[in-house]
Amino acid sequence: MLVTGVARQLGGRFVRRIQRDPQVDRVIAVDAVPPEHHIGGADFVQADIRQPTVARVLAEYSVDTVVHMDVTGTALGSGSRTTVKETNVIGTMQLLGACQKSPTVKRLVVKSSTNVYGSAPRDPAVFTETTSPKALPSGGFAKDTTEVEGYVRGFARRRPDVAVCVLRFANILGPSADSPLASYFSLPVLPTVFGYDPRLQFVHESDVIEVLRLAAHEPRRGTLNSGTFNIAGDGVLLLSQCARRLGRPTVPLLLPALSWAGTAVRTLGVTDFSPEQLRLLTHGRVVATVQMRETLGYQPKYTTAETFADFAQSRGPGLLPPEALAGAVDRIAALPVLGGGHPPTQSAN
Amino acid sequence: MADAKVIPFDDDRSRGAAVQRPARRRAAGSRRKGEPVVVREVQPVPGRALPQDDVPVTQEEQPAPEPRPGGTSLERRIAGGLSFLRRRLTGDYEIDEFGYDQELTDQVLMSLIRPVYEKYFRVEVKGVENIPSDGGALIVANHSGTLPLDGLMMQVAVHDNHPANRHLRLLAADLVFMLPVVNELARKAGHTLACSEDAERLLERGELVGVMPEGFKGIGKPFSERYKLQRFGRGGFVSTALRAGTPIIPCSIVGAEEIYPMIGNAKTLARLLGFPYFPITPTFPWLGPLGAIPLPTKWTIQFGEPIRTDGYPPEAADDPMLMFNLTDQVREQIQHTLYKLLVQRRSVFF
Repeated sequence: MLVTGVARQLGGRFVRRIQRDPQVDRVIAVDAVPPEHHIGGADFVQADIRQPTVARVLAEYSVDTVVHMDVTGTALGSGSRTTVKETNVIGTMQLLGACQKSPTVKRLVVKSSTNVYGSAPRDPAVFTETTSPKALPSGGFAKDTTEVEGYVRGFARRRPDVAVCVLRFANILGPSADSPLASYFSLPVLPTVFGYDPRLQFVHESDVIEVLRLAAHEPRRGTLNSGTFNIAGDGVLLLSQCARRLGRPTVPLLLPALSWAGTAVRTLGVTDFSPEQLRLLTHGRVVATVQMRETLGYQPKYTTAETFADFAQSRGPGLLPPEALAGAVDRIAALPVLGGGHPPTQSAN
Repeated sequence: MADAKVIPFDDDRSRGAAVQRPARRRAAGSRRKGEPVVVREVQPVPGRALPQDDVPVTQEEQPAPEPRPGGTSLERRIAGGLSFLRRRLTGDYEIDEFGYDQELTDQVLMSLIRPVYEKYFRVEVKGVENIPSDGGALIVANHSGTLPLDGLMMQVAVHDNHPANRHLRLLAADLVFMLPVVNELARKAGHTLACSEDAERLLERGELVGVMPEGFKGIGKPFSERYKLQRFGRGGFVSTALRAGTPIIPCSIVGAEEIYPMIGNAKTLARLLGFPYFPITPTFPWLGPLGAIPLPTKWTIQFGEPIRTDGYPPEAADDPMLMFNLTDQVREQIQHTLYKLLVQRRSVFF
């Protein structure tokens, strides 16, 4: 099994986990830079997937399963957007070219994103795998993923004997998440778009690993693990809800002001507030996960709300911790003027 | 009083009109005497429709001040309000995949619209028993009034009058979801984009879905064309209902046409702002924001007899002829009910 993009937290975690599976003889971990975290007993091969060397790696180890996780929104360390785009698009092209020539490859798993659907007010409220976006992403990571998926489809046509699985993950969050959205939620004050309250969906890192494992092995009885699947936790959270649960105050800004501020912040390098990020925070995005449940046969362990709670816990309290607010309300309720003494009890849910 | 209205009736109805006309005049004199005549004339309305729809409204007001041993009603209301506040402040509430916030809708948004519904437009609801108490159904209504207040009134009407307090999920134009603030409130109130995917998803979940197929053609038509139904889009709502196997409930709304009598349309300004029309009424935009206050017309919302769609085979949804026929059937039924309600109406404002 060959795994790309292992220098990232998620890739490293997946490599560590997959080695424990009995079906896996050997894991070849590939990335352009050596990972800082340990990757267990996997063989690390330092190779840039943008170069044709990856074909030699495939042939040398006679790889049968390729898990392509090097499709990411942000650069690792100090990389520019151009490098990220090249790794995403050219890297995928090189990898797919190598896979096409390799007679041993039987299975390909690609980590994609629900970004391919874009976010627009004219879209249906819930995207299924077959929904075509009204407006194609104009640039950034969303465009990369759309292009990557296009190449993967081409590969699947040319090599019908290879089982291809494209996993469109919703926003990945968790204690060690390093996505742009995670860094957005780490801001002390959250800038939001005035007059919009987007619906967001999250998927927990542990669920990501489990789904990738499911897709990388032979399908279980009664399930099919080739095709395209949306992966997201149950339920939906509004951005305002997220902010309140995190305990971080929001500052509603007008859309033009926010895009200007986003550019400024990006230039300073504080956080990656890209235009597509802004679109997500304006219109939101929700995907249907029926295929994941029924065809892939996966039941996520964390709901969107639980994923977010886990993430919130790892980030520490904000300026307005929800517990403090709840306590304040309880104190008001307990005031003798209101004849209270019994605070509201419906807080359990 | 702007009551003068010539209502065109086709010949098979002319006899009914002849009977109804004096009935209306009599009704203006003594209401009690006129009503039974009218009720007998209108077929889909059962005899006790009028008293029935009054009862739930009063019931709605009853439970709030209900006293309970161990605490006065005021205390309980304060405690309830505080626990609501607590949940809102900590983000501890649920929304569905469409962004529908039921708690906010019930506690806040509905309470804001209700005074307009009860006191300003004095909406009278008929035929609420035609709405099933569970399972999906598609309510198809006429659209009018320059601003989509009719949809909101219909939402309150269904929720407050239906014995099961059903929530209506409206399908709205894409313009609604492009405007800031409006889109946020619309999503939280349970509205979603009028597209077959969303409608089908809601119907399959067993929700009550409201749609106004006339769209901008209906809501932005000039005052001279009031109560003339426009084309019902491409009839997509019929195939959606057919695919989901849910009944179609025609709904006629009288009173919304006169809230903003649109006597002109500033097309250039509309194009500049990106709106489908820019209304000019006798008061708007001349009186500024004051002109945006709707006229206090008296409304009637009547839900008609459901048209079943579960008898058709699944491939029927792709039969354009059947779609056209069903669309026409729904449209005719709404139009006829509109005429009947107009005949019964004593005046625009009372």
